[in-house]
Amino acid sequence: MQTLRIAWTIFVKDLRVEWRSRETLASMCVFSLLIVFLFNFAFESAREETLRLLPGLLWIAFAFAGILGFNRSFAGERENACLEGMILAPIDPSAIFLGKMFANLLFLAVTEAVVVFAAALWYNFSFLPSLGRFALIVLFGTVGYVALGTIFGAIAANTRMREVMLPILQFPISFWILILGTDATSDVLRGNTAAFAAGAARVAGVSLIFAVVSYLLFEYVLEE
Amino acid sequence: MKFPLRVHLAITLVWMILALYLIFLYAPQETTMGEVQRIFYIHFPLAMTALLGYFFVFLGSMGYLWKRSQLADDFAHSCAEVGFVFCSGVLVTGPLWAKPVWGIWWTWDARLTSTFILWLLYIAYLMLRAYVTNPGRVEVLAAVVGIIGFVDAIVDYMAIRWWRTQHPQPVIAGGPGSGLDAPMWLTAMISWGALLCLFAYLVRQRLGLAELGRELRGLRRELASGH
Repeated sequence: MQTLRIAWTIFVKDLRVEWRSRETLASMCVFSLLIVFLFNFAFESAREETLRLLPGLLWIAFAFAGILGFNRSFAGERENACLEGMILAPIDPSAIFLGKMFANLLFLAVTEAVVVFAAALWYNFSFLPSLGRFALIVLFGTVGYVALGTIFGAIAANTRMREVMLPILQFPISFWILILGTDATSDVLRGNTAAFAAGAARVAGVSLIFAVVSYLLFEYVLEE
Repeated sequence: MKFPLRVHLAITLVWMILALYLIFLYAPQETTMGEVQRIFYIHFPLAMTALLGYFFVFLGSMGYLWKRSQLADDFAHSCAEVGFVFCSGVLVTGPLWAKPVWGIWWTWDARLTSTFILWLLYIAYLMLRAYVTNPGRVEVLAAVVGIIGFVDAIVDYMAIRWWRTQHPQPVIAGGPGSGLDAPMWLTAMISWGALLCLFAYLVRQRLGLAELGRELRGLRRELASGH
């Protein structure tokens, strides 16, 4: 309970910082919109092809937008030794992880909503018939992706060229979340309801594994 | 270490020559693929050793987080460097074999993809070690990445089964109907033994190098502080 309360405090703090600067969310949204926009011209596609390309396009936009957010998440704490302050505070390191992760999750979820809206608009594609299932798959995949991004963001903050280091860590390891997410999304958007349960279970399973591992290992990343 | 490195090197060389003899002169020619199939005796052991190498990285990382022993970290680092070379070998020998047999150099088949990911995991681990700014933090951060990377390697081998695959089904322990002719089996195992021996030799050399590197840094510090 104590841990969750502290996590909530950190979560609210991150939202407040974001509300005052509006840097992270704005850059994530604009960047992912640019990806959707560029894809449209890279593959000026007919309707049937759109259905084939859209799931991959969405997950690539989510993945790249996430990287921007995760980089900011701990880089900001480095300034004015905020991170040292948090580490020195008598709190459970996993509370820091949870608070950071939920903030990242919220930012990425908002970005995803914006991306999906833009994709629906620009590609003339209606997500409404399968919106619930689609949202569930995206949520499952995003949780695992954000958990990895939170721990790797913290690791990359300790390196030179952290903007480069983060994707080098994040992409190979979150590969299966993205691939299985794309596969499941593709089934859902095609209205293939029979494949939904298996697809969702795979994404959720892989996400859960990485979320648990990240949660357990996070305390080692913070120790000084 | 009681077992002297020179002896280890000699055994490795003799073993490798024996493996080469078996590969090119002893193993029977495969009926459909012909001579090119002989690269299997290098490709398969390299792949298994590269995978095993990441398992050693995982063990070393766990060992470091648990006991904080410098040796465990050196072991993980050494296995990562040598494993990376072996994994690169897999990615070179694979296409050489695939081109004449499949007609293509590369395909994003599940097993090829997961080997490629393993290679990326090695790169991520080694790059992280090179880029950490605070030297006292390298070991812990690398250990965390080594463990998560190994979890990813396991997920890989789980997720493969959900994917269609063009790669030959596991020839060894792949269920009924699979399996190698006895001389081929023997050749593959001897060749794997030779590569494991080489792997162990290189790791031992690299461990010694890590020790020397630390000594050198210590001396440099002493010099710089003027004592």
